[in-house]
Amino acid sequence: MGKLKCECGHFNPTGTILCEACGKPIEGNQHLDGNDKKKLLNMRYDGSARRSITHNQSIIDKIWRFFSSVKVGVWLIVIALVASALGTIFPQEMYIPPNAPSRDPAIYYEAQYGILGKIYYQLGLHNVYSSWWYMLILALLGVSLVICSIDRFVPLYRALKMQKPKRHESFISRQRFYSKTDHISDEEIQQVVKRLQAKKYKIKSEDGHYFAEKGRFSRWGPYVNHIGLIIILLAALLRQTSFMYLDEYVWVREGELTVIPGTKNEFFIENKQFIIETYDENDERFKEALERTGGEVVKNYQTDVVIYRAKDSVVDSDTTLEKVVEGEIRMNHPLKFASYTLYQSGFQSNEFTSMSFKLYEINDADEQAIDVFTVDLMDPLPEYELDNGFRVELDQYFPDYILDDEGPRSETMYPRNPAFVFKVFPPDQEKPEISFLSIGQNIDATGENNYKLGLVDFNTHYVSGLTVRRDYTLPLFGLGAAIFMIGVIQGMYWQHRRVWLHRKGESLLLAAHTNKNWFGLKKDITEAIEDTKINMVIDQEELN
Amino acid sequence: MGNLATVSTIMLYTAFALYSIATVIFGVTIKDKDKRSKKSLSGIIAISVTIIGFIAQLSYFITRWIAAGHPPLSNLFEFMTFLGMSIVLAFIILYFIYRVNVLGLFALPIALIIIAYAMMFPTEISPLVASLRSPWLFFHVSTVSLAQGVLGISFVTGLIYLIKKVDQTNKSKKTRWLEVIIYILFIFIGFIVSTMSFKLANYEATFEFPVDGRTSTITYQLPAIAGPENGQLITEGAMDSWFDTPKWFQGQDAPRKLNTLIWSLITGTILYVLARLILRKRIGAAIQPALKNVNLDLLDEITYRSIAIGFPLFTLGGLIFAAIWAQIAWDRFWGWDPKEVWALITWFFYAAFLHLRLSRGWHGEQSAWLAVIGFAIIMFNLIVVNLVLAGLHSYA
Repeated sequence: MGKLKCECGHFNPTGTILCEACGKPIEGNQHLDGNDKKKLLNMRYDGSARRSITHNQSIIDKIWRFFSSVKVGVWLIVIALVASALGTIFPQEMYIPPNAPSRDPAIYYEAQYGILGKIYYQLGLHNVYSSWWYMLILALLGVSLVICSIDRFVPLYRALKMQKPKRHESFISRQRFYSKTDHISDEEIQQVVKRLQAKKYKIKSEDGHYFAEKGRFSRWGPYVNHIGLIIILLAALLRQTSFMYLDEYVWVREGELTVIPGTKNEFFIENKQFIIETYDENDERFKEALERTGGEVVKNYQTDVVIYRAKDSVVDSDTTLEKVVEGEIRMNHPLKFASYTLYQSGFQSNEFTSMSFKLYEINDADEQAIDVFTVDLMDPLPEYELDNGFRVELDQYFPDYILDDEGPRSETMYPRNPAFVFKVFPPDQEKPEISFLSIGQNIDATGENNYKLGLVDFNTHYVSGLTVRRDYTLPLFGLGAAIFMIGVIQGMYWQHRRVWLHRKGESLLLAAHTNKNWFGLKKDITEAIEDTKINMVIDQEELN
Repeated sequence: MGNLATVSTIMLYTAFALYSIATVIFGVTIKDKDKRSKKSLSGIIAISVTIIGFIAQLSYFITRWIAAGHPPLSNLFEFMTFLGMSIVLAFIILYFIYRVNVLGLFALPIALIIIAYAMMFPTEISPLVASLRSPWLFFHVSTVSLAQGVLGISFVTGLIYLIKKVDQTNKSKKTRWLEVIIYILFIFIGFIVSTMSFKLANYEATFEFPVDGRTSTITYQLPAIAGPENGQLITEGAMDSWFDTPKWFQGQDAPRKLNTLIWSLITGTILYVLARLILRKRIGAAIQPALKNVNLDLLDEITYRSIAIGFPLFTLGGLIFAAIWAQIAWDRFWGWDPKEVWALITWFFYAAFLHLRLSRGWHGEQSAWLAVIGFAIIMFNLIVVNLVLAGLHSYA
């Protein structure tokens, strides 16, 4: 790659628009930043040689050039914006309400939203945020971020590092803020320099020329915040791996001890109790609101748990468990242990713990109990010995009874809708009497029974639903977010201000540039040249 | 406790009254020749009244917090009033930087409309549901709201800029869009006027309608134009509905929301047409002469400055704090809930704004249009997403 030698002696990379050292516009390159058509110089990247404008040969150059354009970047942002908005027209698949008649997306969208819903589903908008093309937009946005940043950062860094106090006259006179004053003494210049120094400007001088600069680090703000965003995108990518990110769900009954999924049989959880607290409807503060909505408002969902660790990783009945932690899991207060976090995510209140039945004579109007027995629904006994020589055998037990084409069966193994076939053996009878009991049903199979069973009491328990999470990417997301915020603040609340005091014989050429907030720069200069004969700079952009 | 809640309500009304008075005084300042250097007496009075109003609203906020035992940021009423307060706060801060009186003339009415809009929703203190019981409620919601308040100022300056800048001598695409923006503001006023009138008249109409085989009831505070599907009017003397709400209107109370929207549109349109008939020109054209002393560059600067403050604040409150809280409460920091998505859209939009301005030189009028659209996105997220696209954030 050839180098361009400027008349000041500095060698610039090919494609440089303004000499890195003295700022002299380099002949033949002025069209690149549009300087040839304007009086003022384009100072956005200090006239540095960006790869995107110097290379245009290979396919890689063309791709680089494409993604380094801010215009393309903004278009990508707009496309991402529109795609995101499309996904909110109807609920995403995961937000189809659980009580919908059919949760099958192929049916749900059309049934609920008609033809528009059908189109929405067929376009795949019901799962837009995990669609390949949405991912592609985000990936392209990431590529654009990286290329834009590198394309500008490297040459800009060079140019700002190389700059010399002594600038070429044409660089000075083509700045937006510029003035020329004849017959200025060195003392007056010294005074201005001192005042700028007092305003925290860094001063450099060369052959009687002065250069005052302040806030250069703010130029790096955009690159810093883009690095933050890139880290966030990388974290999102890492989150797709199961090592970095674990997402499991466990249902635990009150009193139950079970293994925590995803922990490779290392950790166990015991649900001591599940609590739902509601607001007191007589609470003075909320009386009006509770009356209007007419419902109970839940204050707290909580599971009291004990976490155990298995000594051996092989689970068998001999495994010894040691307690790791005992605590509460509440909404907004997850429980952490080892690298895992447990969240309160749901509950079920539709399970029975036990049911008590009484046995009585069918023609006893008072239904006087001969005896009462209790069936533990999680672990029922095969038979129950009663008073007066009665015996009850549990012939069949359906924890979650359902009767369909396949006949009577249990839909799940959980006692949500228990049903029983009991054999009652009276003391004086050989042949048992058969009774079928389920919720709302009490059937005498033969119609010849002398004794009847009746439900007298039952207990229910809660099942708590807990999410198990391990997410090693969180610190990375946090880091990315923090870097982004630092970068935004760095770039937005500080400005890079530069003032050049250029000696030309007896005269002084004064020029200044800032990347933003020209009001502030004007104020700095006004105060610095106070009481001197130096002319205030003119905003040459307003002249046009 | 009951007393404190009453004090709180009185404070809010006081703030509302003071903002209204301050608006009128800012209206007087518009005749002042010089907009910056000379401190006009009416300007000083106007900003003082605004500050006292702000203090009153701050007292409302604090007393309600004490009365409820939780920060009053938990439903649409509380959030919208806080947004109104944020706009006023942002205005006060920017006023002391730039001393532009005309900003008050436009910013305060916008804050007033938002607070009045808030008051149309249930205002009583309600208990905090389990998922909202977290200190992050305050950090997340107040930061988002402050950010939106500051961004609201960029809308105000953008709007003033456009009213002054857009050439009103001929009808054009620009004059039409400007009128659309003004018309939308009229619809908000229409909402407030219609709701307030029937509220004062204690109007009520209850309907019975079938849901999943059971009978449910719904009570309207406005005469029902759009009724519930197969609804039966049971209130005597009330107007029966004209048509049934289409089925695809989703969510709880969908018919009532649609009905309210229809009323807002009707009332807003009537008010707009009346205003046009009285003024005999476009509203934008009617306001334009009043802005002849306004400095366009300064407005542009305020637009940029408020977005430069609002964007990082919004990122912090609307995305970062939101993600932290979501991680604690719902075990995931991001869930593609409509509200979250629209926060991301808002963020994308302002990111595009900044790139266009800083890298591609979109200043002045282009910036002003974008600032107006940006705030429209924020309001869309607040109103449409809450009331129509149901999700985790639909409180009201």
